Amino acid sequence: MSFILLHFNYVAVAILMMAGLFVVVSSSNLIKRMIGLAIFQTSTGLLYISLGKVSSGTAAITVDAASPEKQALANHLDPAYVAQYGVAGVVYSNPLPHVLILTAIVVGVATLAVGLAIAVRVREAFGSVEADEIEVLSRLESAQAGSQA
Amino acid sequence: MISFETLYAAAPALTAHAPVLMVAGPLIAACVAALSPTARTSWMISVTGSMFAAWMALAITGEVARHGAVDYYIGGFAPPLGIAFYIDGLGAMMALLVSSAGVMASIYSGHSLAAEVRAEKHTHVQAAFLLCQAGLLGLVSTGDAFNAFVFLEVSSIGAYALVAIGEKRDRRALPAAFNYLIMGTIGATLYVIGIGFLYAATGTLNMADLSARLATLGDSSVVQAGFAFIVVGLGIKAAMFPLHGWLPGAYSFGPSLIVIFLAATATKTSIYLMARFIFDVFPDGAAFGRNFIAWVLAPLAATAAIVCSIQATFEREIRRILAFSSVAQVGLILLGLSLATILGASAGLFYLMAHALMKMTLFMAVGGLAISLPARRLDDFAGVARDAPWSATAFAAGALSLAGAPLTLGFLAKWRLLEAALNAGQIWIAATVAIASLLTLLYVGRMLEAIFFRSAPAGAPRAVEAPVGVLAPVLVLAGLNIWFGLDASLPEQLAGAGAKALLAGAP
Amino acid sequence: MTSGGDLLIFLALATPLFAAVAIYAVGRMPDVRETLTVIASIALSIVTISMFMRVGAGNPPVLTVARPLAGLEIAFRLEPLGALFAVMASALWGVNSLFSIGYMRGKREANQTRFYVCFAFAMFAVMGIAMAANLFTLFIFYEVLTFSTYPLVTHAGDAAARRAGRIYLATLVGASLVLFLPGIVGVHLAAGSTTFIPGGLLTGKVNVVTGNVLLLLLVFGAAKAALMPLHGWLPAAMVAPAPVSALLHAVAVVKAGAFVILKTSAYIFGSDLISALPAATWLLWVAAGTIVIASLVAMTKDELKLRLAWSTVGQLAYVTSAALLPAAAGLVAGGLHMLIHAFAKITLFMCAGAIYVATGASKVSEMRGLGRSMPIVFACFLAGALCVVGLPPFAGMWSKFLLITAAFGTQTWITAAAMIVSSLLGLLYLAPVAIRALLPPAGDGSSGGFIRPYGAPGPVVAALAITAAGCVALFLFADAVAAYLAPIARRVP
Repeated sequence: MSFILLHFNYVAVAILMMAGLFVVVSSSNLIKRMIGLAIFQTSTGLLYISLGKVSSGTAAITVDAASPEKQALANHLDPAYVAQYGVAGVVYSNPLPHVLILTAIVVGVATLAVGLAIAVRVREAFGSVEADEIEVLSRLESAQAGSQA
Repeated sequence: MISFETLYAAAPALTAHAPVLMVAGPLIAACVAALSPTARTSWMISVTGSMFAAWMALAITGEVARHGAVDYYIGGFAPPLGIAFYIDGLGAMMALLVSSAGVMASIYSGHSLAAEVRAEKHTHVQAAFLLCQAGLLGLVSTGDAFNAFVFLEVSSIGAYALVAIGEKRDRRALPAAFNYLIMGTIGATLYVIGIGFLYAATGTLNMADLSARLATLGDSSVVQAGFAFIVVGLGIKAAMFPLHGWLPGAYSFGPSLIVIFLAATATKTSIYLMARFIFDVFPDGAAFGRNFIAWVLAPLAATAAIVCSIQATFEREIRRILAFSSVAQVGLILLGLSLATILGASAGLFYLMAHALMKMTLFMAVGGLAISLPARRLDDFAGVARDAPWSATAFAAGALSLAGAPLTLGFLAKWRLLEAALNAGQIWIAATVAIASLLTLLYVGRMLEAIFFRSAPAGAPRAVEAPVGVLAPVLVLAGLNIWFGLDASLPEQLAGAGAKALLAGAP
Repeated sequence: MTSGGDLLIFLALATPLFAAVAIYAVGRMPDVRETLTVIASIALSIVTISMFMRVGAGNPPVLTVARPLAGLEIAFRLEPLGALFAVMASALWGVNSLFSIGYMRGKREANQTRFYVCFAFAMFAVMGIAMAANLFTLFIFYEVLTFSTYPLVTHAGDAAARRAGRIYLATLVGASLVLFLPGIVGVHLAAGSTTFIPGGLLTGKVNVVTGNVLLLLLVFGAAKAALMPLHGWLPAAMVAPAPVSALLHAVAVVKAGAFVILKTSAYIFGSDLISALPAATWLLWVAAGTIVIASLVAMTKDELKLRLAWSTVGQLAYVTSAALLPAAAGLVAGGLHMLIHAFAKITLFMCAGAIYVATGASKVSEMRGLGRSMPIVFACFLAGALCVVGLPPFAGMWSKFLLITAAFGTQTWITAAAMIVSSLLGLLYLAPVAIRALLPPAGDGSSGGFIRPYGAPGPVVAALAITAAGCVALFLFADAVAAYLAPIARRVP
């Protein structure tokens, strides 16, 4: 139990991931499927951020007692924290996952945009955003193409 | 004789920034194409951008052949902090394949697009196409696992949009594109999750570093989970059976430009990345890797080769036949790779190139015919050979190569595959290859019979020979199918170098 | 390269290929087209005969064309068996062209240009097979032959023809891909090359198990030799016009199969290995079964071409048996039988075609009395039939004699028995066709049913008379041919 509680962020990741995937697979509404996909992608963001988090670590701002500019930056940190660990002892969270996830979010937004755009076009072409209705219309079209020739 | 030696001579001197220029060229061209005023200028920009990329790819291939793998640090930041491009024999082979497919497809698009897409959209189509190309080129040259994801998605987003553009011809392109997008994004996301696990276990994203650190980690469960996520994610992208559901729709409704390009490159680059992970990044001796190859990869690949060939035999639409055939051929490529010997990997890669060439020829020929004959069913193509003899001949060259007829590249590829399977003592793989070839012959025979030996029903719409701008690249590719069938030293050497890069220590 | 030998090989390949292109180009002008065919066949015959002489003089032509993959060459090298096959094929191409001209014009067939183009293309493939220096090259041309003859089989273009074409392609290419190709790759892996070497490439390089597997793969894979159970394509292909049947069953396709088996036996396995492999004995049983069963089936067929096709199935199994007899005893006889059967069978098929074009009769039961109006055709048919059966003064006697002697000599009783039985059966199902036709017509005595008042066209009769004369001439020269072939059975120390 304590293992789960200690890793609650990973549990959240798993729940989000499954929820997103479930919506993608189960829903027949194209917009809902895009929402599910977005949730699914977001869960990876949470996963990466969790990975980068160092317990009791802080934002990755280099602190250097010798340099006045950096000392000034350190002033924005929690004074109690600096008082406890000293300037040299500040622990940072890993900044790399943040950078990665920033990229992934951009990619996700782009995908979402393209997906929604296609959904809009589907609605214009078929008059519906329900996958099963579109499926029926497509089948009909295939059958018609067959009987024409 | 085309061979490495000629490449030495032909390759332009390597500018120090060739790896990044190869990717940036089409990327910049994409922006310019999107802003260009007319359809014609965007086409010219597209051709120029693709040719530039091909030129750079040629330079890199020459360099790799001469001096071994090329390392390039983006912005001068060395890994582990910076992002590195790393192009070895395998990457060079893939880059050459992708960029030359890009050149052919872009030249071809000059005339084919006009029939398929409204003129005012051409600039966007060319931009998306160049984006797709840049993404794939980046994918094969990057040495960074996360960067690979970004490039994968750059190319995929371009491809989704391009498939959807096929709606002018047939509105069913839209649901097909949507389906492709959903599947593709799930695949890419799974891949990212897998990379996340590896990052958690090793703390690096650079493939070379990953490989070194994974070797010391052993069978950690985090690593295994990462492996599973990566393989499934890339399996979707590579249309590995049974994750191929998106492919037939995307291939049958997209405009010819993108279908040609995707058929030649999209699944192949994902196979490349998967092979890179299975053989290069993950430790050679790892039990889970070997178990995966023996009990999952090879059986699934064999099933794909057989089942999808049968399915292709029963399809009625010509592009769907070719699409299912692609899934089956992906199976054969993976079968070659699954042998995990130098001979097997080089046979698989050789087959990969051969398949890219023949599928491109086939889709191009079909696309050229479809300009005047807006039909999809095989029956509608009955007797086309009389009306459009050149396109039909090119189609025949591609189809014979696909069937593995002698004097074509496809035959040599099958030979190498059989040889590698028998050499590795995997009789069942050799038998699968032989049976799959037989099944291939069935649907190839069906297509050729319809096109050449049946006559069109009276009153049916007749095809007109494709315009020269379309016909020329088709005939060049058809000729290459035959030329390489007589002298395959170039693809063979490329594949050999690729296999050596992939399996540095294997027998 | 020694003194122009490579040029001869080049010419042997280029002549039919050039003919195919030229015929296509002048397709609109039937006279020019057919003249070209005849000229090309004469030219090709000259080339092959000069190659034949050079091989006889111990100076075989050699040519390497391309090296598609490392370790694999498209290369050519003549040896006695191949030289004989090339001469036979090119000479019979000429005769068959003569026949085709009369037949196709007489029947006013459609798509005649495609017919002549494919014919020339098939000859190109046959030349490649005859001259191949290794199994790889041979396989390539073997497949080219299949594909180039497919349009000929489906010439009629109707549903029945397409169905036959499908069976034809499926069996031949299927066997090639599933059996022959893996077999060749296996040979390549076992021996490091696929070159034909006198005395046997695989000698000392494979164990018994591998040898058995390879032998089975190669012999069944060469499905053009129609060894049961892969014989179904041959009767099915009978929907094709008579000149095509003549080409398939006498010159190109089936003889290519027989040739491959002889060549594989002599140059890939070698007599020592063949004698040591149990699979050779199993295959002898299969071949013996094929000989007897095919003869029995042939007796039940009323359709003349079908009867001839089944007879071919049996005769091909003779050659297969000859190739697999221990100690290389049957190789020379097999080669001789290949040649003689070609002359006899092409005569029979051309006769069947002549009868069909003149009277429209294709069934044996319809032919009673027709011989009164077409004496030459039926006399030639009788000659061909007796040659197949093996009676003097026809050449078939020598090859059968040598074959049966070899079978007795190696104590292969089953083969000897099958050959004797089938010869007797042959007498029963072939000779009566001609004899009944030469008898007085039944009923009112009118020999009705003639489509053409003057019987078969002149070129048709001329062609079949030439080959029938060949059956007699070979009776006189069989010994010379056997002496020419002798080197293939010589064991290399």
